[in-house]
Amino acid sequence: MIEVRNIHKAFNGKQVLNDVSITFDQGKVNFIIGRSGSGKSVLTKCIVGLIEPDEGDVSYDGLSFTLMNNKEKQEIRKKIGMLFQGSALFDSLSVVKNVMFPLDMFTNLSEKEKLEKAMQTLERVELADSANLLPASLSGGMMKRVGIARALSMNPKFLFCDEPNSGLDPQTSIIIDNLIKDLTYELNITTVVISHDLNSVIEIGDRINFIHEGRVAWKGDREGIVKADSQSLNDFVFASNLMKKIL
Amino acid sequence: MNILHTIGEYALLMRRLFQKPEKFSVYWKQLIHELDKIGVQSIGIVALLSIFMGGVITLQTASNIDSAWIPAYTIGFATRQSVILEFSPTLISLILAGKVGSNIASEIGTMRISEQIDALDIMGVNSAAYLILPKVIASLIIFPFLIIISMFLGMLAGGFFGSAAGLISMVDYIYGIQFEFKMFSVIYALAKTFVFAFIITTVSSYFGYYTRGGALQVGEASTKAVVYSSIYILMANYVLTQLLLL
Repeated sequence: MIEVRNIHKAFNGKQVLNDVSITFDQGKVNFIIGRSGSGKSVLTKCIVGLIEPDEGDVSYDGLSFTLMNNKEKQEIRKKIGMLFQGSALFDSLSVVKNVMFPLDMFTNLSEKEKLEKAMQTLERVELADSANLLPASLSGGMMKRVGIARALSMNPKFLFCDEPNSGLDPQTSIIIDNLIKDLTYELNITTVVISHDLNSVIEIGDRINFIHEGRVAWKGDREGIVKADSQSLNDFVFASNLMKKIL
Repeated sequence: MNILHTIGEYALLMRRLFQKPEKFSVYWKQLIHELDKIGVQSIGIVALLSIFMGGVITLQTASNIDSAWIPAYTIGFATRQSVILEFSPTLISLILAGKVGSNIASEIGTMRISEQIDALDIMGVNSAAYLILPKVIASLIIFPFLIIISMFLGMLAGGFFGSAAGLISMVDYIYGIQFEFKMFSVIYALAKTFVFAFIITTVSSYFGYYTRGGALQVGEASTKAVVYSSIYILMANYVLTQLLLL
């Protein structure tokens, strides 16, 4: 479980996050949704420690991440897997080497054991056949799946997915969504998805947190999202004509 | 204020650079890779430049010495002094600032804008040390070898071009090269090379590591890396010459 309490963050006097408090539950797909520029990415970077919040606290399984020293933070980070918007695969390494990278860095497994584990993870995301390809030769969906495989290679307790469907066609998006959902339930991990793809939210979102102008404007589940009494959330959800027709 | 901010940022980066590596075997592999990329792949351009540089120095020296009172071997002597003291360590380092420096800045800058550095940080890897330290160590190891190759080829080519043009006999040239040779000249040149190698890799890495934005900013970082590395090399050259030679 991840708890975010009273996070504030400003850049050059502009308040980007204003008293944000959210709890992300274990074994659930937790969504952070909101318009572009609403503060989703800054919040995520505060949670994973890439940005220091001005005020507030983030804790992982009850341990305050904000108060930890660098060494303690590194230990927590080994339990975090992250899928980046652009996948952030290492260009110079093949698919299997990308997945093996955290194992190379943090385990004392033999080369054979690392390769076996990486191949198992690649099989789980159905990319074992592409193990020796370089990231440049992969499609967008394949890159996302390799990103997920790399994030899972160290058996994380916390999985962050930043815009997992951006740039993907609807069918591939569904594959990625289902993969995230299945892995969350299978491995009983705390998954946090940052997205503005409402289709994903409706399909796999267990807990939804809507951020508007740096504040949590609404929290609830996917059933509640269409009946919410938040004007900003309604504006967001029903901005597309398709959503108006469906919902 | 901006200068102080830059110095502070550079100092913090250097502090992160020299922290204990997470795993030596991974850093060792990176070091071998960088030795090849920074060193072995630069031998060609260093050799080519050194050959023509040595030839031109010999021809220019010969063309400026037309007095019967100055012995012919002076051409070899002047070529040796120019190549060892200045041209090989400084000029080749400036060329390497262009080749290696821009490569380092654009590589690390691209990793920054494509979130690869964020990915390393989130994994718990010290991204600064992992990406930069092997480059710094590789350049400190390999640059002196490149400079020694440059010295050798520069002097060899000087003799070849000088005798081919009929300006000096090979015997006089070799005598000039050996005339009053002091080993300290080579030590001085290699000491400069160490400092220049550190400047090139750390300054270029700094500009790459703190790149913000997109492809345009990666290009700007690459240009800044070359310009600032070159300026700092020339400034360090002056200071080291003052300290070591005078």
